[in-house]
Amino acid sequence: MILQASQLRFSYGTMEVLRGIDMTIGPGITAIVGPNAAGKTTLLRCFCGLLKPRGEVLLDRQDIRTLRPEELAQAVSYLPQSLFSPAVLTVFEAVLLGRVHRLGWHVGAEDLDVVQSLLEDFGIASLGGRYITELSGGQAQLVFLAQALARKPTVLLLDEPNTSLDFHHQFEICERIRDMTRERGLSTAMSVHDLNMAARIADVVYVLEAGRIRCSGTPNEVLTEEMLSDVYGVTARVTHDDEGRPLITPLGLRRRTLAEVKHARTL
Amino acid sequence: MSDLTQRRESLATAAEPATAGYRRRALRRVLLIAGVTVLLLLAWLVDIMTGPAMLTIREVLGAIFHPAGASALNQTVIWTFRLPTALFAVLIGAALGLAGAEMQTILDNPLASPYTLGVSAAASFGAALAIVLGCASLPVFGIMAIPASAFVFAMLSSLVLWGVGRFKRGATDPIILCGVALLFLFNSALAFLQYVASENQLQAIVFWMFGSLQGATWLKLGVLGCTVLLAVPILASQAWKLTALRFGDDRARSMGINVQRLRLQTMLLTALLTATAVCFAGAIGFIGLVAPHLARIMVGEDQRYFMPLSALNGALLLSLAAIASKLVIPGAVFPVGIATSFIGVPFFVVMVLGKKRSYW
Repeated sequence: MILQASQLRFSYGTMEVLRGIDMTIGPGITAIVGPNAAGKTTLLRCFCGLLKPRGEVLLDRQDIRTLRPEELAQAVSYLPQSLFSPAVLTVFEAVLLGRVHRLGWHVGAEDLDVVQSLLEDFGIASLGGRYITELSGGQAQLVFLAQALARKPTVLLLDEPNTSLDFHHQFEICERIRDMTRERGLSTAMSVHDLNMAARIADVVYVLEAGRIRCSGTPNEVLTEEMLSDVYGVTARVTHDDEGRPLITPLGLRRRTLAEVKHARTL
Repeated sequence: MSDLTQRRESLATAAEPATAGYRRRALRRVLLIAGVTVLLLLAWLVDIMTGPAMLTIREVLGAIFHPAGASALNQTVIWTFRLPTALFAVLIGAALGLAGAEMQTILDNPLASPYTLGVSAAASFGAALAIVLGCASLPVFGIMAIPASAFVFAMLSSLVLWGVGRFKRGATDPIILCGVALLFLFNSALAFLQYVASENQLQAIVFWMFGSLQGATWLKLGVLGCTVLLAVPILASQAWKLTALRFGDDRARSMGINVQRLRLQTMLLTALLTATAVCFAGAIGFIGLVAPHLARIMVGEDQRYFMPLSALNGALLLSLAAIASKLVIPGAVFPVGIATSFIGVPFFVVMVLGKKRSYW
């Protein structure tokens, strides 16, 4: 399935956060990068129907406003940035809840099988009986990723899925996302701050700056020294790894011109 | 094979199938609920046996199942007084336990209960107002005047909370803050009524506020039973959605759940349960707060188990309190509202301190 945004605009009160976004989330992984407050989270929340923007969001050419909430949730699964939940639920129950609209008072064998296979795929079957409040950050991320996939969506929206994770778990989560996207033919959009991670797993990268798309394309086309300097104000060296993907080495902050500082303040 | 993949596979195969663990936990929870149900049945029987005239279990069962064979005195004592009062304790406890559980769920707050959100205080004010205005001595509607006034004010306060929730699009914090404000408002209004009441009226108000099961009648039981029967199937049909609400509004909405509608619908049902319970029995404060916490410790927050167990715990606690209230002073019946905390607190403290896991 393809998710398309057309001239998307959204404001919190008088503050316009999205200023005319045109974007296509096609099969594969789309990374959405950009500085803080660029509008990444707002954009993802518009895609899954949590916010009501101006403009259009089309799911396979159908306006998502015409879909019932459960129809949209069935096709588009969103995982927010903050995953903490004080719920006294086991890992198994948490993943099962991803299929909330299919569940009856008695849980059928099909639902149990889906959860079992997801837990095995994510290597967390041994945690099935553990309470989610007892999990580490990395384990919780895997559990909620499994929950997001439990209803077999076709579009997966992830808001900074590897934030606050250690080096190992950042890789583990990203590899899982890449594998799942390929195996299930998903259209995955994820906002990320780690540009090297975006370069490593994304097929397409969009750079957001102050509610507008600054540039988009393959990681090689987008993650350039010039973009890093202009958008992030960072001087960096971009080399390439063995697979030809960009590898960013930050060198230091670039001093902004007075005009740039004034311009940033007006945004 | 990468190191990561190997690690994942070893973790997965080392454990028993997660489905088997899930089924085992489900069975354990069903057995726990069955165990509490048996305890409740026993407490209910003991409640009927206990009173100024102590009865044997044989006399109680005989009068219930073979009324023709029982003595006229036992028949009257059991069918007119003991049985309705004991059933009253079960139904009111269940209604308060269930209302407390769902209030805590939809407001995402462990302190939410009919008592802490001012619903019980509003009912107390309503009852006190009827007493001070002398409505109880009216010729036709006098008997129902106090519960009716309590019900009206309990529902009014709940509707105010519902209105706040609707105005704020289901946001929980304004509802809780307004609930606390209502608690103080109705307590002040109640204090004013106590100040202007005559000595007899003051005595009646204080007795009502203690909470009592002694006014039980088959008619009140019918009304209470119908309310519970109305609320339970609707809440049960939303069990999974209410469970999902514990992940937060955003996650629940992204699962396709209409959070605002679910929250307001559940609020209305909890308001109805609370108003009906407190209008007949007075302000019994502890049950709605503690019964859900005990249930949470015992079976977690899967609403399919949490919901019935909260109701059962409430019923069991109030039945035990009713028994205790009759044993404190031999020959006399102590107000049950006083006994609930004495019975509930030790239970609660032992269970909370005995568990290492955090429950909120």
